[in-house]
Amino acid sequence: MAITLDRAIGERQRGWLASMLGSQAFWVLLAVILACIFLSFATDSFATPKNLYNITRNFTFVAIIALGMTLVIITGGIDLSVGSVLCLCSMILAVVMNAGYSIEVGIAASVATALIIGAFNGLMIAYLGFPPFVITLGMLSIARSLAMVASNNTVVFQFGPDHDTLLALGGGAWFLGIANPVLYMIVLALLTGFVLRWTKFGRYVFAIGGNEHAATLTGVPVRRIKVIVYMISALSAGIAGIIQTGWLGAVTTNIGAGMELQVIAAAVIGGANLAGGVGTASGALIGAALIEVIRNSLGLLGINAFWQGTFIGGAIVFAVLFDRIRNVRQSE
Amino acid sequence: MAVAVLELANISKHFGAIQAVSDVSLSLHAGEVVGLMGDNGAGKSTLVKMIAGNFRPSHGKMLLEGTELVLHRPVEARQHGIEIVYQDLALCDNLTAAANVFLGRELRRGVGPLRILDYKAMYRRAGEIFKELKSETRARDLVKQMSGGQRQAVAIARTMLSEAKIVLMDEPTAAISVRQVAEVLNLIRELRERGIAVVLISHRMPDVFDVATRVVVMRRGRKVADKPIAATSPEEVTGLITGAIEQV
Repeated sequence: MAITLDRAIGERQRGWLASMLGSQAFWVLLAVILACIFLSFATDSFATPKNLYNITRNFTFVAIIALGMTLVIITGGIDLSVGSVLCLCSMILAVVMNAGYSIEVGIAASVATALIIGAFNGLMIAYLGFPPFVITLGMLSIARSLAMVASNNTVVFQFGPDHDTLLALGGGAWFLGIANPVLYMIVLALLTGFVLRWTKFGRYVFAIGGNEHAATLTGVPVRRIKVIVYMISALSAGIAGIIQTGWLGAVTTNIGAGMELQVIAAAVIGGANLAGGVGTASGALIGAALIEVIRNSLGLLGINAFWQGTFIGGAIVFAVLFDRIRNVRQSE
Repeated sequence: MAVAVLELANISKHFGAIQAVSDVSLSLHAGEVVGLMGDNGAGKSTLVKMIAGNFRPSHGKMLLEGTELVLHRPVEARQHGIEIVYQDLALCDNLTAAANVFLGRELRRGVGPLRILDYKAMYRRAGEIFKELKSETRARDLVKQMSGGQRQAVAIARTMLSEAKIVLMDEPTAAISVRQVAEVLNLIRELRERGIAVVLISHRMPDVFDVATRVVVMRRGRKVADKPIAATSPEEVTGLITGAIEQV
C-alpha cells in the first residue's frame, strides 16, 4: 500500500512530450514554420535576407506589447488602450526631444507617461471595480486625444540634439546583424517568461486568473498585483512606442491605431485564454509571428490585401478551435 | 484535563438589532472533532467566522491555549494556527495541487531580490502531506483534472503546512459523491489522529455521527446541546435542531 501510494503521489500525469503536444503555441509554431517553408518554395522573394529582416522587424512591436497583454489576459482582464498608449508615449518622446532635451529625458518622460496611465487603469479596475473593458476603452480614446493635444496633431520628425541616437536605437542592428527591435523583443520575452515561471508575482498572476476569490482568501495581494499588471501592459506599449519612433524616424497621431486588436489576436493565437488563467510569453511571440507571416505572404503571393483580415480572423478561430476540441474531449 | 486549545467564553455577536450568536461558551481540545450542527441561520457560520477572524465578537472572550485571543483579520487567525477549509475550497483550477497548497506561502530559494520559486521543495512537501493524509493526490497535477475527494485533500493539505492547532471545515461533504464523502471523512480522521482539533460544520447527520467525537447543536443563536457523540442519537439531534426538543 505504502509503495503504491508513494508511486501514485510522485507520478506525473503528463510527460514533457505530452504537454508540448497539448500546447496551442506548439501547433501555431508548427504552422508558422510550415508556412515559411512553403513560401520559400512558392515565391522567390520570401526567403531573401531583406524580406526576412522586414518580417522579423515588423512583428516585434506587436509581439512586445503582446507580452504585456498576455499578463493582463492571464489575470482575466483586457487592455484595449495599448495602441493609443503607444501613440501617446511616442509623441511624448518626440515632443520632449524636439524641444531640445536629451534622449534620456525623452525616454524617462515617455516611460513615466506609460506607468501613470497603467497605474490609473489598474487602480480603477482593482480598487473601484471598473470592468477592464470599460476603463481601457475610455483610455483608448483619452490617450490618443492627449497625443493630439501634445503635438497639436502635427507630424514630428525632428528629435533635437540626440536625433541620431534615437534613430540608431530603433533602426540599427547592433548585434550579429539582427535588427535592434528584435533584440529588445527577445530580452523582454525571456524576462516575461522568467517572471511568469519563477517568481511569486508570476504565480499570483496565474492564481488571480484561475480563481480570484480563492487568491484573496489565501492571502494573495490581488489588488496590488492587478495594478502592477496593467502598469506592465502600458509599459510594454510605451517601450514599443519608443523603439518604433526610432525605427520610423517620425511620429504621427495615428500610429498604433487599431493595434490593440492585433495584439490581443497575437496573444490569443499564442494560447492565452481570455477567460483567464492560461498564457505564455513564447505564445505571445509565436502568435505575433503568425500574424506577420500571414500578412507578408498574402502580399508576396499576390493576393488582394483586403483578404488579410479574413486570414487573420480565421487564424484566431482556428487556433482556439484546437483548445476547444481538447476541452470537449477532456470533459467527456 | 489539559488546557483547552480554544475556549469560547460567553461569546455574543449582533449585527445591528439582529442577535446572530448569543452567549455561547464552548471548549475545544486537541484531537477532538466537534460536529457543529443547526438549521440555516442558527448562528453556526457566524460563530466559526469569529474564530476565523472574519468577525469580532460583540461580547465575550476567546482564549487560545489559555491566553486571550483578539483577531482583526483572517490572516492573524492563520498565524495563530487556526486554519479554515472554505465551503467552495478556494482552489485555482489552472494551478497544480502543490501550487494550490502553497498559494500565498510559496517556498523560495536564492537570496534577496533574486529569490525564485522552489518547485522541487514544494512538490516534495506537498507529496509528503498527501502521503500523511493517505490520499492518492499527485502534487504535479492540475487541480482541474481532480476528483472531488482529491480537491478536498488539496484544500485540507493547505491547513497542514504550518503547525495548525485548529481546523475549521465548512460543509466539506455537501456537494460530492458518496465515495468521495468516505475519502473526506478519512482525511478528517487523519487530522484528528495528528492531535488537531477539528470543527466540522455539516448538515449531514451520518457524517457527523461517523467522525465527530462531540456534537454541538445551535438554534437561534444559542447553544442548545453539547454532548459526546456516544451519549446522543441522530433522532435527538434532529429534535434539537428543529426545536422539538428544547434544550439538554
